[in-house]
Parts: sequence; structure tokens; C-alpha cells
Amino acid sequence: MAEKTRTTKEEMMYEVYGESLMVYLPDELDDHNCRGIREDMDNIMRMHYISEIIFDFSKTKFMDSSGIGVLLGRCRIIKERGGNVVVQGENARIRRILTISGIYRVVIQKKPGEGEVWDSRHMN
Amino acid sequence: MGQQAYELEMITGENEMKKDVDFHEEMFLEMDGVSQNESFARVVVASFLARANPTLEQVDDVKTAVSEAVTNAIVHGYAEKKGKVHIRATLTPKELTVSVQDFGVGIEDVAMAMEPFYTTVLDGSRSGMGFCMMEAFMDEVKLISQPGEGTCVFMRKNLCEEEEQDTEQK
Repeated sequence: MAEKTRTTKEEMMYEVYGESLMVYLPDELDDHNCRGIREDMDNIMRMHYISEIIFDFSKTKFMDSSGIGVLLGRCRIIKERGGNVVVQGENARIRRILTISGIYRVVIQKKPGEGEVWDSRHMN
Repeated sequence: MGQQAYELEMITGENEMKKDVDFHEEMFLEMDGVSQNESFARVVVASFLARANPTLEQVDDVKTAVSEAVTNAIVHGYAEKKGKVHIRATLTPKELTVSVQDFGVGIEDVAMAMEPFYTTVLDGSRSGMGFCMMEAFMDEVKLISQPGEGTCVFMRKNLCEEEEQDTEQK
């Protein structure tokens, strides 16, 4: 069953389904916001065995290299466990930044309508 | 009343004419080196740039580059210690220049600091791509630093080239 790990004013940011962790990234993904996300994810991954992380960029309009740092750091841990990191819902701007960083070589890019898209709103 | 309205029109008219032909504006911002100010800094510079009628892409490029430079000043320059970050910007119809200065630890080897994936934070939480991003989104990036005295990043963005391309496409 879904476990709602943390709720913000508007909606939840993290959800754990079995070994999968879904992260709804905020509006702006800069160093300031990444500090909290990094900490939260470390806590969740200490409490649960996670072998798949899905980063949802649907809300994200701004991102810099701090966001890349978060993705790369988690990627390293998950890859060691033989798991996957998935990104979905990114807009053109975010895609450009992810492309420049070369991160698409290590994460799976889920495009809309491709396979089952992870969305708890459909499951609830 | 009528005369007042007329005068007002004249003044705005003059300003617009000036804007079309040539303008040179400057701004200076001093702020605390805390992570909350990263978004503040990029919004300030983006609003300043808005006067030159930039494309959305140019605004996004500048916001990312400023964010990278300010993050560097706060995370690496001051390493969570207190300090001020200075931002200076100039704007003409042709280009925007931004310099971000801190008075923190400084950089020993500037060339190495600018290399992709180089980072001094070893816990794997940093991508080491800050300067790559600045170079990817700006037309010129210069780094001046003195160990123990601080670091200044100078960046320049051409504004008219892309505008010309846009009109050609239309």
C-alpha cells in the first residue's frame, strides 16, 4: 500500500510503493530546495529499502546543477543495488539542462503515454 | 488637466525613443550569502534584463547562470559561513553583463575549478557542473580569484544575435 511520507501545503512530495520511491519535485530545483530534498530522501532510504526512484518534473520550471547533483548522487546508490532511476514530466527547459549534464545516459526517460506512468492520483 | 496629460505623453514618448536607440543601465546588489538568496538573486537579474525585451530563452539562460554563480559563492566561497555576495550588472540593447563576487576562501587553481565534474565537496551531493552550465548558457564566462580574498565570476550574454535570428525565422 502507498505510504504518504511527507505532505506539503498543496500536495505530497514523496510516496513509497514497495521498493519504489516517487519524488514530486518542486517548482524550482535550486541549491536551497535541494538541501531539504536530499535530507528527506536520505531519511526515506534509511527507513525503506528502495531500488527504484521516479523523479517527477511536472511542476518544475527551474533547475540548475544542484538538481543534477541530487539526481547523480541518488543514481549512484540505486545503481549499486542494481535498480533504476526514472525521470518523467520534464518540460523543454529542464530537458535541455538534463541533456547538457549527460544524465540521460544513466537514467530512464519516461515520456508521456509510454508504458504505465506512475501517478498515485490514478491509483487512489 | 488636458495639458498635464499631454506632457505625460511627451515624457513617456521620449523615454521610449531613448530605449529604442540606445541605453546603458547599471545595477548593484549586496546581499547575505544564504541559500534563500539564490532565487532572489536570479529574479532580480531577470527583472533587470526584462527592460531589454529579451526572449524567454535568454531570460531562462541568465537565470540558470546567475543561480550557478551565486550558489558557488554561497556553497564554496563561504562554505556556510557568513558573508556578503555582490552582484553587478550592466544592460545595453546589445548585451547583459553580470558579475557575482564573494569575499570567501577563493580558488587556488582556477583552470581546475572550471573543469567539468570537478568539485571540492566529496560526499557525492554536488555535480561539479556549475561552470559548465554558465558556459553553456552565457556567451562569455571569466573567473578571477585570489585564495583567501574571494572570487569574482564575470559573465556576458549577447542579446541582439538571437533576436535577429528570431525575426528571420518569422
